[in-house]
Amino acid sequence: MPETVLRLKGITKRFGAQLANDDISFALQKGEVIALLGENGAGKTTLMNILFGHYTADSGTVEVMGTALPPGHPRAALAAGVGMVHQHFTLADNLTVAENILLGTRPLWRLGQGDARARIRDLARRFGLEVDPAARVADLAVGERQRVEILKALWRDARILILDEPTAVLTPQETEALFRTLRLAVAQGLSIVFISHKLREVLAVSDRVLVLRHGRLVGEVRTRDTDRHQLARLMVGADLPTQEIPPVPEGPPLLELRAVSAPGLSAIDLTLRGGRITGLAGVSGNGQSALAALIAGTLAPTSGEMQAAGLPAGPGWSPQAAIARGIARIPEDRHRTGTIAAMTLTENAILEAYGRPPFSHRSWIDWRAARSFAEEIIAGYDVRCPGPDTRISLLSGGNMQKLILGRALSPEPRMILANQPTRGLDVGAVAYVHARLLEARARGAAILLISEDLDEVQALSDEIRVISAGRLSPSFPRGTTSQAELGAWMAGHGFDHAA
Amino acid sequence: MEHLDILLTASFWAAVLRIASPLIFATMGELICERAGVLNLGIEGIMVIGAFTGWFAVYAGLPLWAGVATALLAGMAFGLLHGLLTVPLGLSQHVVGLGITLLATAAASYAYRLALPRVTTPPRIDPFQPLPLPGALAQTPLTYLAFLTVAVTAFVLARTPLGLAIRAVGENPQAVEAQGLSVTALRLGAVTIGSGLMAVGGAFLTLSAFSSFFFEMVNGRGWICIALVVFGAWHPGRALLGALLFAAFDAYQIRLQQTLGAAIPYQVFLMLPYALSILALVIMSRRARVPAALMTPYNRGER
Repeated sequence: MPETVLRLKGITKRFGAQLANDDISFALQKGEVIALLGENGAGKTTLMNILFGHYTADSGTVEVMGTALPPGHPRAALAAGVGMVHQHFTLADNLTVAENILLGTRPLWRLGQGDARARIRDLARRFGLEVDPAARVADLAVGERQRVEILKALWRDARILILDEPTAVLTPQETEALFRTLRLAVAQGLSIVFISHKLREVLAVSDRVLVLRHGRLVGEVRTRDTDRHQLARLMVGADLPTQEIPPVPEGPPLLELRAVSAPGLSAIDLTLRGGRITGLAGVSGNGQSALAALIAGTLAPTSGEMQAAGLPAGPGWSPQAAIARGIARIPEDRHRTGTIAAMTLTENAILEAYGRPPFSHRSWIDWRAARSFAEEIIAGYDVRCPGPDTRISLLSGGNMQKLILGRALSPEPRMILANQPTRGLDVGAVAYVHARLLEARARGAAILLISEDLDEVQALSDEIRVISAGRLSPSFPRGTTSQAELGAWMAGHGFDHAA
Repeated sequence: MEHLDILLTASFWAAVLRIASPLIFATMGELICERAGVLNLGIEGIMVIGAFTGWFAVYAGLPLWAGVATALLAGMAFGLLHGLLTVPLGLSQHVVGLGITLLATAAASYAYRLALPRVTTPPRIDPFQPLPLPGALAQTPLTYLAFLTVAVTAFVLARTPLGLAIRAVGENPQAVEAQGLSVTALRLGAVTIGSGLMAVGGAFLTLSAFSSFFFEMVNGRGWICIALVVFGAWHPGRALLGALLFAAFDAYQIRLQQTLGAAIPYQVFLMLPYALSILALVIMSRRARVPAALMTPYNRGER
């Protein structure tokens, strides 16, 4: 008789008019791994935040070991043995690993860090979570931070572990290590809820899969009785669109970097050719942002040569120069650098070109031209919005990204710098972005696709380069490398250490 | 060389400690607030309220230590108000802080006029007397209390779970909440206690440095303390060093006025501690690590 450790009954939560969770119920057995699968915005994180007490549900109850939790109290959830590994780590950078783990677990006046460190080391060893308790969190790599986050839960004797998109920031190797830790945890009697939108991981790690769509529980299947296609259908509500990649003749080199170094980058050699998508794979924070900034003109190289469209891009290379040379940019962070939240769609549409005709005549802005440009993008790129005068902050991430895409692609640029173009988008929007990039490729544009999603990089790229610690791997043409090989490069193996 | 000889006299060092004391109290108060993630610009006004209430309690017949306690409580009351507005309500810490300064200053002035409608010269009280110790050590008990405050603050922040929680809540409130602690309670508590210390700093002026209350006596010391917190990189020990350094500049310029006063306008000397403080700030604060969540209100369950 399996023992039920966690039971959710009829959880419903609204944010304004949006129904984030609609009457969700499920139960978790002891020693079981449940995967909670769904697209971004399907309500997975909201549900877990309710379970953990960060949010209060509008209705429904959470029971742990048969006892109902008072809503809205993380302390009660912790005391009941629920541990949560948040997607955005909840660690204080200024504190040490041990201090982060001990936070809130000790009486007011006695810290006793000394013996705690030894016990943390023991715990870490038991679960395969090597990390130095005396290290400051600010000095840790992302993978290590996640281990601290898991240790925090284990330190409190968590019986139920909730992991919210835990692999989003990990290399394939680190993901494997995480899965080993989870298996160790299950072997020691813990139960796990694993939240993800990645089918492969869900299939690899879980016993049972619950699928959420638009806040509703739309399916529940045993992992061994299902496959990718069934899960994808449940998650999206339709068959996954398949992308045809037609052959396109290779064009001339349009952007060339020769031994370019800059802060965070060492001796980069890179050639982007017309009609080619070059995929840049790597764990975030390995120099992707610096490389993008270099090409976009916001970072000056310390040495090396750069050419864009056959002309040198030397001193004086700036964002405006890059735009004038025909480089379109899809920025990494659409909220921070891609758009200005308080401005309208029209204003955001001309952000890059407001100083040039047709949007500017004798230093006056031609709002009629601007507005019609915005309307063109809205119609041509399927931006769902009330109109061009809407504030852009009111748009969903996908629609915001479509506006950026339209702004970047409608002048038919020769080079496209696509930095994380699909991050945080749902499957439909991802397919749309991919299709538009492939269109530009067919037109002969040279595209640099920077992405942390290996599946995306492998699906779209004509050649793949891996970036690790500011260095670029050799070029791998389409279909010549496995994810394991790419993962090894991402972890820094294979690079010439003399370089 | 006579200008440097000043540095060797006991009276100079005694002055340094005396000038530093109110700054030390208030700097520790501000430091505690900021470590918890709340910038308290109410400091200037809270010091005025502390100076007034401490003095008035003694003037009304209470013992000196009761005056200190009165100032502490008054400061905590204004701190609680600041905290309620900035923490659970999440209002702008700048606006609330400046508002508290205006309110507290005006409240002190109003209460003073209400209590003493007809006095023209500020009435005097019998202040704390220096302990019978040799040289620069002959300070009032309040100065020793100031140094004790630094030690306690440093110990609590570095060594106790409470201090850990305060440091964490100023860095990442989500981390605190995820560990089952209350962000609101921690921040509210820190602002209240911190403001109490600021008021004691103000009370030092009326109960130890001078023996009467007048309106301009705080004279920007609160703002200096905010700079001292930055100078100290949010560490109690380094902030103490900053307070002593500033006090040394101040004590030195007063003495320079006496020796060089004929040749150079005295305003230049008055300016000196501030100019040197700015310089020291620029040099020292370049590598300072600001509490990451300073000035960021925390709203539970916000998306």
